[in-house]
Amino acid sequence: MTLAEIDRGSDFKVKRIPDDIIRIQTLRMGISEGSKLNCNEKIPGGPIIVKHNYQEIAIGRNLAKDIEIELFTEGSD
Amino acid sequence: MINLECCRNLEQIDIDPNKNKIVLVGNPNVGKSIFFNYLTDTYVSVSNYPGTTLDISSGNYKDKIVLDTPGVYGVSSFNDEEKVARDIILSADIVINVVDAVHLERDLFLTQQLIDMGKKVVVALNMMDEAKNRGLNIDIDELEKELGIRVVPTVAVKKKGFSDLENNIDKAQKGKISLKQDMEKELDNINENVENRADSLLILEGDENVASFHNKKPREYREKVYMQRRNRVNKIVEKVITKEMTNKNIGDKIGSLLLRPLTGIPILLLLLYALYQFVGVFVAQTLVGITEEMIMIEIYQPFIIDLVSSFIAPQSLIGKILIGEFGVLTMTVTYIFGLLLPLVAGFYLFLSLLEDSGYMPRIAALVDRGLTYLGLNGRAIIPMLLGFGCVTMATVTTRLLGSKREKIIAIFLLGLAIPCSAQLGVIAGLIAPLGFKYFVIYVVTIFLVYAIAGTFLNKVLPGESTDLLIDLPPVRVPEFRNIIKKTYLKSKYFIVEAGPIFAGGAVGITLLKEGGVLQWIQNAVAPFIVGWLKLPKETTEAFIMGIIRRDFGAAGLNSLALTSDQTLVALIVITLFVPCIAAMLVMIKEQGIKQAAMVWLGSWIAAFTVGGIVALFI
Repeated sequence: MTLAEIDRGSDFKVKRIPDDIIRIQTLRMGISEGSKLNCNEKIPGGPIIVKHNYQEIAIGRNLAKDIEIELFTEGSD
Repeated sequence: MINLECCRNLEQIDIDPNKNKIVLVGNPNVGKSIFFNYLTDTYVSVSNYPGTTLDISSGNYKDKIVLDTPGVYGVSSFNDEEKVARDIILSADIVINVVDAVHLERDLFLTQQLIDMGKKVVVALNMMDEAKNRGLNIDIDELEKELGIRVVPTVAVKKKGFSDLENNIDKAQKGKISLKQDMEKELDNINENVENRADSLLILEGDENVASFHNKKPREYREKVYMQRRNRVNKIVEKVITKEMTNKNIGDKIGSLLLRPLTGIPILLLLLYALYQFVGVFVAQTLVGITEEMIMIEIYQPFIIDLVSSFIAPQSLIGKILIGEFGVLTMTVTYIFGLLLPLVAGFYLFLSLLEDSGYMPRIAALVDRGLTYLGLNGRAIIPMLLGFGCVTMATVTTRLLGSKREKIIAIFLLGLAIPCSAQLGVIAGLIAPLGFKYFVIYVVTIFLVYAIAGTFLNKVLPGESTDLLIDLPPVRVPEFRNIIKKTYLKSKYFIVEAGPIFAGGAVGITLLKEGGVLQWIQNAVAPFIVGWLKLPKETTEAFIMGIIRRDFGAAGLNSLALTSDQTLVALIVITLFVPCIAAMLVMIKEQGIKQAAMVWLGSWIAAFTVGGIVALFI
């Protein structure tokens, strides 16, 4: 599934970030393919706010549609 | 970007090349400037970094020079901030890396990159109090061991740990490299002729500017190196942090309230109302009443007119240029210092508060969806908000937008439909007495034009706009001194940029008027102004003044006897009217003469078409 389809509060793992520049930028912020994140907020029709420890990042809806993720529940990994 | 070539521009900043340089480096919003202010209490100089709008602060600390850098997530060249930071870091003898203890995972990436560059680094681990409040235990000794450099815990806002940091500046050292053998070998290959580890690393990471400086080709190992660095940082973080469960921090709670549309939108509206009350009412009316009316018109102008009159006849051309109706020493000075400066400073004070409290990026996230219809993303809210302060300066900040397409849209919308603070003040003064109905018609009309123009540009311009990807800093109480400093710098920039153009414009208008050209134009366009817009023909003079400065034009409406309907039409026209000369010059610089001319023409068409339509219906 893609990041755009996530529900608020869900935990997920990043599977693939296809865009080169975006991948580099998120890498610097602390997120890479394989990172486990939480969807902190979902602004209706707008950005997805993901949280990684204390780091919050707003990701535009269209970009979120390109990011592949997989849901997981605490302890299943 | 020729003048952003590595290490060269520092020569243009006024610093002693023989002294050792301490450079402060850190991610955005980590409290770096508090360290700078502490280390350099006197003789701080602020110079513009060539080719950018960025100001670099430098000052003395003992026998060394301290340089501040823009907040960045890494050393590379994604934008102007990063290029400037990169150049300064490359020139550093010692790096003080300010790290946010709450965001170790993010911040240590930069730390590790500095270490990988072979720089002598000391870390100031800041916001230790906040980390503690959030239940984060950081093993400082272990962190020092892992990084191979000194780590000093600090709480900058309370000046805690500062003397400890001072004692450790000279103990800054090279740390442990994160590059694996394969990359280290590639680095050595490059370094054979470059003979500078920092430069070589950036070439390895594909930095084009640094590579061309050394006549080398940038390499394609950025992602590989970044991955190795990220993995290393993640391992370090895992080792040094232990978490205890705690209640949610109060800043976090406010942060999510600001983001959630149900609460965030009312708060945003409330904030805009507060902004209107502060800038539009308090500054534009009360404060300007004092600075413009009392100080400038009643005290300064009679004084300067008297003074000049004793040397030059007031009725001569020179006399009129200097102290006439549009005089350089009378009107120009009154306008800039009596009217514009208070407005612009008031506005920037407010904006600096938004920036430093961490609210700005949340506004960007909140309005992202709306802006995507206009071919922009949430980030564009920053130039748009700045535009209400000064369109000229906002035009420059459109550089932070991700693509050329977004820059064109943002610049066009700024030029077309965003009235600057000076203009807003005059408009508010004129529209308030007309009543609520006129206010609503005005706001709705301008908003519709803005939305339609944006949607149209989004449809016709080729290419794709970039998506929002921003880091949301924690909500924090801003530091007073920083707010004042930012406001001061921006206001100064405004005066320096707009002042000369404004004076030139005033001379131009006087010449036009004295040469009879103003009269001639007025008569020539009279049928159009009177017939189509249903305004008295004297309004033309205000519009011509508006070509030079829009607020200048709006102020010109003050002296005309207009009906309520006419005032509304005239205000709509003057709002949508061509951007002021200063803004035009910046547009030409940013986008080239062709784009700027299109914005200029488009504004004429939009202003008079919309004005005429409104005149038909009211």
